[in-house]
Amino acid sequence: MKHLLSAADLTHEAALQILDTAKQLTLATEQGVGKLPPLRGRTVVNLFYEDSTRTRISFEAAAKRLSADVINFSAVGSSVSKGESLKDTALTLEAMGADAVVIRHNNSGAPHRLANAGWISGGVVNAGDGTHEHPTQALLDAYTLRQNLRGGEGDLTGLNVTIVGDVLHSRVARSNVLLLNTLGAKVRLVAPPTLLPYGIEDWDCEVSYDLDASLEGSDAVMMLRVQRERMNAAYFPTSHEYSNRYGLNVTRMNRLSQDAVIMHPGPMNRGMEISADVADSNRSVIVEQVANGVSVRMAVLYLMLGGSESVK
Amino acid sequence: MTSYVIKDVSILDGKPTDILIRDGVIAEVGTGLKGDEVIDGAGCIALPGLVDLHTHLREPGREDAETILSGSRAAAKGGFTAVHAMANTDPVADTAGVVEQVWRLGQEAGLVDVRPVGAVTMGLEGTALAELGAMADSAAGVRVFSDDGKCVHDALLMRRALEYVKAFDGVVAQHAQEPRLTQGAQMNEGVLSGKLGLAGWPAVAEEAIIARDVLLAHHVGSRLHICHLSTAGSVEIIRWAKSRGINVTAEVTPHHLYFTDEVVESYDPIYKVNPPLRTAADVAAVRAGLADGTINIVATDHAPHPSEDKDCEWTAAAFGMTGLESALSVVYETMVVTGLMNWAAVADRMSVQPALIGRVSDQGQPIAAGSPANLVIFDPRASELVEARKTVSASRNTPYAGRTLPGKVVATFYRGKPTVRNGELSA
Amino acid sequence: MTNDFLPSGRVVLDASDISRALTRLAHEIVERTHGATNLTLMGIPTRGVTLAHRLGEQISQIQGLPVAVGAIDITMYRDDLRLRPARALQPTTIPPEGIEGRLVILVDDVLFSGRTIRAALDALSEHGRPELVQLAILVDRGHRELPIRADYVGKNLPTARTEKIQVNLVEHDGSDEVRIESEA
Repeated sequence: MKHLLSAADLTHEAALQILDTAKQLTLATEQGVGKLPPLRGRTVVNLFYEDSTRTRISFEAAAKRLSADVINFSAVGSSVSKGESLKDTALTLEAMGADAVVIRHNNSGAPHRLANAGWISGGVVNAGDGTHEHPTQALLDAYTLRQNLRGGEGDLTGLNVTIVGDVLHSRVARSNVLLLNTLGAKVRLVAPPTLLPYGIEDWDCEVSYDLDASLEGSDAVMMLRVQRERMNAAYFPTSHEYSNRYGLNVTRMNRLSQDAVIMHPGPMNRGMEISADVADSNRSVIVEQVANGVSVRMAVLYLMLGGSESVK
Repeated sequence: MTSYVIKDVSILDGKPTDILIRDGVIAEVGTGLKGDEVIDGAGCIALPGLVDLHTHLREPGREDAETILSGSRAAAKGGFTAVHAMANTDPVADTAGVVEQVWRLGQEAGLVDVRPVGAVTMGLEGTALAELGAMADSAAGVRVFSDDGKCVHDALLMRRALEYVKAFDGVVAQHAQEPRLTQGAQMNEGVLSGKLGLAGWPAVAEEAIIARDVLLAHHVGSRLHICHLSTAGSVEIIRWAKSRGINVTAEVTPHHLYFTDEVVESYDPIYKVNPPLRTAADVAAVRAGLADGTINIVATDHAPHPSEDKDCEWTAAAFGMTGLESALSVVYETMVVTGLMNWAAVADRMSVQPALIGRVSDQGQPIAAGSPANLVIFDPRASELVEARKTVSASRNTPYAGRTLPGKVVATFYRGKPTVRNGELSA
Repeated sequence: MTNDFLPSGRVVLDASDISRALTRLAHEIVERTHGATNLTLMGIPTRGVTLAHRLGEQISQIQGLPVAVGAIDITMYRDDLRLRPARALQPTTIPPEGIEGRLVILVDDVLFSGRTIRAALDALSEHGRPELVQLAILVDRGHRELPIRADYVGKNLPTARTEKIQVNLVEHDGSDEVRIESEA
């Protein structure tokens, strides 16, 4: 695996390889193993153009636990905020000997440019690009589902996953639809019509405008963050109406089957797409998702940099 | 002045013949002609010099991307003998002073007729009419007015502009893009834009403005020209309008004849353009529209940009592609090779009609004795690998980089002087 | 004419040879550790783990006490990581008794360059500090590249460097045998 730019890059086998590797790494953590050696001598650069402490720390922890050297490059207060182009930043990183660049950017397609424009020779991990994709999020979501459903045996075939919220602007939704399909699960998207992208009928999933009708038979419900400001661009009239029609509250949660789990990629807008009681309930695996992020990202970095493909 | 004879060349779809050029005009067409210098036209096609109704020469203001001289050179290389320089320069061409400056620089370059386009509104801000009459009466003799780059979206202002230009036989060339439907838009709105996470530019944003403006033009009895038409729906609206006798003309760019939005999947900003590349169905419709004359002309919308504006991520990149040098080859590949048009139709769409719409009296004339010697000689048997480094334009943003295009401009004659010989610019 | 379905090379240990070797190893271990009760067998995946379980069974039969058996994955500790694509990880299982202060015997099928065992020692050290570490091996084929030696050897098999040893075990491959295959 040279780059991880999109969940669509992963075949069924490759996705399982990442998830199985992540499982071994989680076990190692539980066994109290501190650092693992395979990325010793490798340099991983976190190139974060968007403010995201949680994801950056997750990648940093993952790289360090594999003994890689980590360089954090955040856009705020750096040469980037003074207008340095992505190209020049990339050339600097190449000169510094980056073996992999983990990039989060507010422009869809920035990781593709970084990977294909010939500016760097290392691997590129997309940590979230605009409204396009967030493949490691989808991987940790799939990992969390494997751990929590069907007694943890790890097979997602035929499971019903319902994703609710601002699909139009969600890179998490796009990556999840792709990856869950690859792993054999069935995806249902729920949103008001204004928050679904043009051409959604072509996606490999069901679509519904009705949350209550969609809860039936869901094995997992994933709530997406919805920004209140979207009402100013007329995506919905008021946040009140949005949370009434599309928010996951306790009443709706209690209609889910006993084994169903509730997920959220974070950060949450408590009271908007998800009520506080639901977020803190014992059906919620939201905190686990965050913890799983480190193992999954360790697996990605190990498979990308731990072998011969990463030798320049 | 030297006389030139082009030997054994096919005038459009005709049989091989000779063309004698002397003292700036076509002196004679026939066999066995003699002149001071001989140009071998065997196997080649002679067309009237191409006339571009839509070019961005960037001067004044963005000379880092192109100048009137470098743009004229690119135009000549592509077989053009006249170009209309759009008004979105810095300062904007909204006064007699700026259009005369552009006109004069074009004359000094002396390679093509540079016809300045005047802005419709002051500063392209869309709120108040620019001094259209002053620009028409200036030495530049402006007849085409456009806020291209931006849409004249205010219906009342568009009505006034359409009415006002009647006084001097002007035409308003509309860049059809409803701004409220295309805020932050990056690519065609379709299945692909949803998948790539790029904000969509829906076809309706173009079609709605065209529908409004053909009805306005009809109501006030004006001519209207639609720039870079790109969708199937737009073609249908124009077809309907013409069937009602509405005096509307339309243009399509070579790149909209050639590319679909699928190339955007690479996120390579070389393919970022306004209006965006559309679906295969749209490409088929505009090709058919050009073939049957619903779309009157091909216009390049040549939009040079310095490399830093394209060597970046998609959303940060500028919109636009160069097109002067590749236009004829692209039209040849997409329309002639496919059997949709013959050479007479190419001459009509790329020279005759653009000259008519722009009211350029000595361009787009038949290749016959007495016509001004504005000609292009094209070899359809040749082919060329397009290399970004080798563009004549000062900018390298050609979407055909790395592709081989069929045919090659072998010679261009501007007012009887060769600006291109043996496929290269003369000096 | 070679039949593609018949494996090539020659069998050097058959099922009964392997069985006898493991029995002998089990007795040797009990004898030399003086019937130690703090024994932990740690097999190296994949076949070393199977062998560790078999040995553990035999030892517990001899001693009348269960023996702690686990697995130690060495994938990330290999010194040749960059020579091949990143390999899938195998499970590491530390038995409840742990390895801290215990007598750990690493178990593997073939001892060759010794690099696998060096990696196993590094991996083991992440989990604690054994009192003593020994090595039990089914087949020692020579050609050491590091100063590593086995304490318990099932069979010494001198080989040429270019030859390949294939250890088949019922649990993985359908039958018990050790074959030598020449470089064709």
